[in-house]
Amino acid sequence: MKNMKIEAAAQAIFTVCAFLSVIAVASITLYMIANGVPALFKVGIKELLFSTVWKPTAAEPSFGILYIILTSVIGTAMAILIGVPIALLTAVFLAEVAPKWLAAFVRPAVELLAGIPSVIYGLLGMMILNPLMYRWELRLFHDSDTHRFTGGSNLLSAVLVLAVMILPTVVSISEAALRAVPQELKSSSMALGASHVQTIFKVTIPAAKQGIITGIVLGVGRALGEAMAISMVSGNGVNFPLPFASVRFLTTAIVSEMGYAGGVHRQVLFTIGLVLFVFILLVNIALNAVLRKGE
Amino acid sequence: MKKNTRIKVLVALGLTVCILGCHAAKAISETGNQSQTEAELESSERKQVNTSLTGTITMAGSTSMEKLANALAESFMTKYPGVTVTAEFTGSSAGVGAMLSGSVDIGLSSRNLNDGEKSSGAVENIVAIDGIAVITDASNEAADLSTEQLAGIYTGAIRNWREVGGADEVIVVIGREAGCGTRDSFEELLGVKDICTYANELNSTGAVMARVAATPGAIGYVSLDVLDDTVRTLSLDGIEPTGENIKAGRYLLCRPFVMATNGEISAQSEAVQEMFVYLKSEEGQELIKAVGLIVPD
Repeated sequence: MKNMKIEAAAQAIFTVCAFLSVIAVASITLYMIANGVPALFKVGIKELLFSTVWKPTAAEPSFGILYIILTSVIGTAMAILIGVPIALLTAVFLAEVAPKWLAAFVRPAVELLAGIPSVIYGLLGMMILNPLMYRWELRLFHDSDTHRFTGGSNLLSAVLVLAVMILPTVVSISEAALRAVPQELKSSSMALGASHVQTIFKVTIPAAKQGIITGIVLGVGRALGEAMAISMVSGNGVNFPLPFASVRFLTTAIVSEMGYAGGVHRQVLFTIGLVLFVFILLVNIALNAVLRKGE
Repeated sequence: MKKNTRIKVLVALGLTVCILGCHAAKAISETGNQSQTEAELESSERKQVNTSLTGTITMAGSTSMEKLANALAESFMTKYPGVTVTAEFTGSSAGVGAMLSGSVDIGLSSRNLNDGEKSSGAVENIVAIDGIAVITDASNEAADLSTEQLAGIYTGAIRNWREVGGADEVIVVIGREAGCGTRDSFEELLGVKDICTYANELNSTGAVMARVAATPGAIGYVSLDVLDDTVRTLSLDGIEPTGENIKAGRYLLCRPFVMATNGEISAQSEAVQEMFVYLKSEEGQELIKAVGLIVPD
């Protein structure tokens, strides 16, 4: 009798906890829509999403966020292009190549990357990447009459920071996927005369494709949502996302102007949040699609 | 793994919402030496609380004066617990208009009152002066800019220090984010409202100082009170941004903070009169300095 009571109580607690998440998702979604949608109609969907002029406090304000959206999309894509190959090869090293003692040293190092607060990444980016980028910028654009010098705070700095930040996610998930590939597959490949490296690229990686893609999608989510680190290194100007331009991401657009924004300006910042929210939802839907295909 | 990620995303979103709600950026930009001074003020005020005065004071106006008005309201209410001070920030013109129509007691204006406002009965009480300094990194050779040169630099017409008498070095233009009071004043006073092309838009005074100090060829603007020797302060048309020059009206990048009243101060309610007395007192002057402003003569 007493046991049954405990059972029932425990079940109730589990249920409440589970529903807390659901309530959180539902209320966040509702809140973002309620606060983000009004500006869409006040400013006009076309004006807001497809105009490139961001002058929120001018006498005739303009709220075009196309460059901001493009920066998030292109910046994330570049970070993935740089980060994923490195992450994948690290995962291969850990799962297939490294002797046990070395893997036991490298793995915690990679995992520790995930635990470093993003403001630290930003700080290091400011101290190390930005001056380096400024030197390159001075050399590259020495004769340019049109380039707006940024002092090194540019898209490329942000992309490099993001590429490092997604490493741990992609590495750990890819490594797990590579380890899950059955030994028989690899042995058969070796038996047919393939070398170790051939086996890795022709057999193991294709067999682990599902898990690797999952890791990449999660990396995209991480990169899209990052704000602190990139706001410190990207310059925050609203420009087309060229590598050496000062750029503003969806996340940093909200952070940088929320302090003093009022009226429609404030509402538009919520709309930017809504756009970011939609992007994150799309990433999650993509993730679900990948996982379902695997089942 | 799937669930785990969703939770992470949720936590991140939740935090974002929370941070937005808390005006994190504002809090960061407003901390500093002022909080310490305020604490000192508070402790000295507690000893001499005056409960005999009662009433309400309503203020409305310039967003640039938000910091001053809120600090004033807070410390005044601590000293006079019977008085309620409220302030809303709708813009200088709207604030003076509301004062003239009688819906608020004091109109907060971050510009001189115009003739129309004065002829309607508004009285210009200048309580503080806001000054903005133009800074470069410490190694920069340029020492003085003309107003036109500064405007040219911020609109992108001038791109190299060579063009304004400095070394052959590119100019990195640094400023504040849209909506910030310092940026509004700077652009308005210089006549480059919303045509500036910034390389970096930073959201705190400290960030501007740090970035300018660390970037060769950088130029930026900050309130006068935060200047130190990590950066070089430029004079404008040959005039240094000193308290004296600003009080005398010689330096361009400054503006009065006006607390306009309908008729002379002596014609106001007792609470409003007491507030002006408080502003002129030593405590009041300390408060003005604590929020980074200059006390007028």
